[in-house]
Formats: sequence, C-alpha cells, structure tokens
Amino acid sequence: MSLSQGVRYAIHDWVIVPGKIIVHNKKALVGFIIVLGYILMATIGPEVTPYPQTYKYPRYIKPTLFKWPPSLEHPLGTDYFGADIWDEIVWGSRTVLIIAFTAGIVTTLIGISVGMIAGFLGGRIDSVLMAITDILMTIPGLPLLIVLATIIKTSNPLVVGLMLSVNAWTGLARSIRSAVLALKNTDFVEAARVLGLPFYHIVFREIMPNLMSFIAINFIFATIGAIYGSVGLYFLGVLPFTAFNWGIMLNMAYSQAGAHESLATIHYILAPIMAIVGLQLGLLLFSYAVDEIFNPRIRTEIR
Amino acid sequence: MRWIYKRLIVAFLTIYFAMTFTFIVIKSMPGDPIEALTQQFVRQYYMSYEEARALAESVAPFVPKGSLLEQYLSYMAKFFRGDFGVSISVSTGTPVSKILADAIPWTVLVVASALLISFSLGTLLGMAMAYRHGTRFDSALLVTFSILRSIPEYIVAILLLSILGFQLGWFPVRGRYDTWALEALHHGHVLEFIANVLWHATLPILAWVTTHIGGWALGMRGSTISVLGEDFIGYAKARGIPERRIITRYVGRNAILPLFTSFMLSIGFMFGGSIIIEYIFSYQGVGLILYQAIENRDWFLMLGAFNIIIIAVVIGALLADLLYGFLDPRVRRGGGYS
Repeated sequence: MSLSQGVRYAIHDWVIVPGKIIVHNKKALVGFIIVLGYILMATIGPEVTPYPQTYKYPRYIKPTLFKWPPSLEHPLGTDYFGADIWDEIVWGSRTVLIIAFTAGIVTTLIGISVGMIAGFLGGRIDSVLMAITDILMTIPGLPLLIVLATIIKTSNPLVVGLMLSVNAWTGLARSIRSAVLALKNTDFVEAARVLGLPFYHIVFREIMPNLMSFIAINFIFATIGAIYGSVGLYFLGVLPFTAFNWGIMLNMAYSQAGAHESLATIHYILAPIMAIVGLQLGLLLFSYAVDEIFNPRIRTEIR
Repeated sequence: MRWIYKRLIVAFLTIYFAMTFTFIVIKSMPGDPIEALTQQFVRQYYMSYEEARALAESVAPFVPKGSLLEQYLSYMAKFFRGDFGVSISVSTGTPVSKILADAIPWTVLVVASALLISFSLGTLLGMAMAYRHGTRFDSALLVTFSILRSIPEYIVAILLLSILGFQLGWFPVRGRYDTWALEALHHGHVLEFIANVLWHATLPILAWVTTHIGGWALGMRGSTISVLGEDFIGYAKARGIPERRIITRYVGRNAILPLFTSFMLSIGFMFGGSIIIEYIFSYQGVGLILYQAIENRDWFLMLGAFNIIIIAVVIGALLADLLYGFLDPRVRRGGGYS
C-alpha cells in the first residue's frame, strides 16, 4: 500500500464516513454545527473582536440586536462596568473551552489507563487501584474542588483543567475495567493470545476498537462535567478573576450588579447562561452520533 | 453472610482513607483560622491588627496545636468517639456536631424531596416514552429532556430565583423560613410553619428536579426498551397475564434495577452540589455551612461537613449493594446466573 493510498483510506475512514454519519443524524448535525461555532468563536473570535474594556461605553445598554431596527453595535448590550457583553462572551469562550477540553482529555486518559491496568493485570494491583478509585469517588467533588482551588490559586486555564480532573476520572476507570474484564475472555482475544500476538497488539488492535465509542462518549461527558465544575467555581468566586470567563460574568451579574433583581438588566445574566447552555447542548447532541461513528456495523452500512 | 461482613469492612476502610485524604488536603490550605478570624475582627470592629489578633487568639483556644501527625491522630480518635471539635467562625466555640445537626435536616429535606420527585416522575415518563417509542410524544420528550439534562442546576436556580423569586415575587428569595413563621410555631401553629418551610424549599427543589428528571427519564426509557425485547415478556403475554401486571411486575421491576445504583450514588453527588444551590438561595444547609467554613478556614467545621458527606455516600453505596441483592431475584438466589 503506497503512502497516498494510505492517506486516502485514512481520509475516507476518519473524515468522509463520520461526515456522512453526522449528516444523516439530524440531532448530531445540529450539535456538530453548534460545537464548531463555539470552537471558531474561541480560536479566531478574540482575534477579530475588540478586547472587552471596562468603562468604555455607558452602563447597561439594552441589546441592540433585539431592537428595531436591529444593529450589531452592542448585540447583547453592555454590562454594569460598561463593557460590551458580546466581546466578553467571545473572549471568555477561549478560557472556557481550554479548561473544558484539557479536563476532558486528562480525565479520559487517566480513566482509560487506570481501568486498563486494573483490568489487565488484576490481582493485587487491581485491588489497590480500585480501592483508590472508590476512596476518591466518595469525597464530594465540588467541595473538594473549592478546597483545591484555594490551595492552587491559579487562573491558568490548563491548570484549572487539570485540577478539575482530580476525581472526575473514577467512574470511567471503573467502567473501563469491567469492560476489559468482559472482553478479556472473548473468543477473539483468546485467539489473538493463542496466536502469540504481542501484548500491545491485543490492547490496541483487539480491545481498544471495542471501547472507542464508549471512550469518546465519556470524553464528551467529561467535557460537559468540566464546564459544569469550572463555571461553578468561577461563579462562587473561589478562583482568581483574571481572564475572561462566563462563570465570572455570571458571578458579577448575580452578586455585584444585582441583575437578577430588575428586569432592565436581565440581559447581563442571560448572556452567559445562554452561552453555557448552548455549548452543553451542542456537545450532548453531538454525542448522539459518536456511537454510530465508532460502531463498525453502522460504518459498513454507510460505505 | 460472609460477603456482608467483607462489604462492611471495605466500607469502613473507604470511609477511613477518604477522611485521611480530606484531612491532608484541608491541612495544606493556605491561611490559618486565627488569621481569618483576625481579618474578620478588623473588618467588623475596626480594630488595629494587633488588637484583633490578640482577641482572635483569646477567643479561639480551640485551634488545633501540635505537629500534623499529632493533630491527625487526635482528630481521628475524637471523631470516632463522636467529638467533631468546635467551630471558630460560627459563634466561636460552638460544637461542630451541633452546627451540622442543625443544618443536615434542611439539606436532606431539599435533596431527598428533589430526588424522590425527579426519580418517580422521571421513571414513569421514561416508561411511557418506551411504550410509545418512535411516536411524536416520545421524540418531543426526548429533545426536551436532552436540553434540560445539559443545563447545570445552578443556572436553573439563578433563573428561577430571578424570574419566580424577584420579578414575579411568587416565592421567597432567601432563607429556610420567615421569622414570623417561627413565631407562629412557638404559638403552636405547626401547619403554618410547615407551609412556610415548604414554600421556601420549593425553588431549590424545583432547580434540582428540572435538571435531574431528564436523566432518570432517558435512563428508564433505554432500560425499558431493552427489557421489552426480552423473551420472558413475550412468554408472559402468551400466558395471558393481564397487561397491567406485566407493566408493573415484569417490565417496571426489571427496568428500574439498573437505575437503582445511580439513585443511591446521586445522593452524595447532590449533597456536594448543594453547595452552589444553597449559596444561591442563601439556604442554611450543609452546603452553605461548608462553603462558609472553607471561606473562613474553619478547619473542624470543614472536616466535619466533608466527613458527614463521605459517610453518607459510603452508606448509600452499601445500602445500594445490599438492597440490590435483595431486589434482584437472580442475585438473591445466590448468583445462580453467572
């Protein structure tokens, strides 16, 4: 097989087939478009929107998008400090997404490694790893994160993401372990072992493909969980307010501006809420297609 | 029976190690309680720093002393004898057990009602969806529940507070009850007090129910669909067993089993999550107490709240295991199906 042929196969397998599956599944298509929109907002958004400076505009301008005639001057209005809310949403999306994806990746990696090691090696290592998992599982997650936030005191989105995965991986590790235990005794793994195929072949060629859809779905749920946790921490005000983040906007709107008390300022609190809910919903809808993308039977039907 | 003893020992060890881990994490927090109390006095009484520090040291003789290991050993020894230490931020010197005993029933009221309402409504709707699966009713609820499930409960709480609380004024916006209701209780009007308490608890409960009902419904829908495809349902129908009996005894019972473990586990999750919900509604339960304890570096109160939640989670999981064996006839007969 030549290189160009290999590239063509790879493109077919990982771009064209998943693309067709997503287009077929309406819910997943909507989710995919939403998530893509957020990723664009986070990557090129801050390059093309002005830095949200405070005291630049009058306070609490109503959203001009919903006025007649609509204009894009202040599409979502301005906040208590006279900064443009749309600009803040765009600048905040970058940190929110970095935190969410870092936490998602780290959580998934730890979950897979712990689950695989425990499932494969078994014996004493398995008992110790599962005991650690159980212990971390019982400690209430959000309060633990608040305590950790006061110890680590960071606003670096990568570190916040790492922190959020501290006990988020436990559920995934447990399910990967039981899946490995079940797969270990199937005929095809048995056959590979009898054939004397190397260990990495058994792990990556025989077992992993069967777990891929499960892992991908758990990655998305870990991301959703990280958004839940990080926005919550910023909302409670336990992380330093240095970068832009929707949780900080929520905190400001809730506590300082008292936006929840008067209808004139409701746009200030609705903007971050809509941003968060939209992203969560997009990820959830997208997860509906993941099972089909990694399911070999559906894949062959699409071809 | 041996299995139960083993399970009990594991549960106890889990509690012990989780407590130890929490102790180490909390002890590595920066800032000490005397300092926090000093700052509080400086802010409250406009004292000089030295004066405030001296006052803080005099009113807080309860701050743990000695090396970390000594503190750990003495804390653990006292904890298992029921002595949780004293608080230094909530009217200095109050026993932690008293503060927690006052707060726990309120969190339990909110969390337990929310869990029961969302679980029973969710599973009923989920079963209805499975029976009508593919219809417009099913897909409409599927979309609604997917949306609701993706919203964090604190966002719903903020929206409920601002719309139903502040804008429309239908529900109280903070607290566990009104002072007049407590007065009424002292004059023997118990029902009025209960009504007032429920009225205050409505919004927090509603915030939990809206965001959690979807998960139960979708889970129940999936598991009902897979049970409906089982052979024994077909046999039951062929044997002429009345439909109502099939729905409750055959389908419902088997479909609900997989959800049972997550039901028990979500008790602990909700206790932890109540930190934000109680913060939003200024509802003095375990969550808000824990939040204030963290802010004030109130070590004993923090440890006490954490450990109570840990114990609740472990007992929940233990009960889930034991009851599962009791509910599932295959496990009850001694694992005859493996």
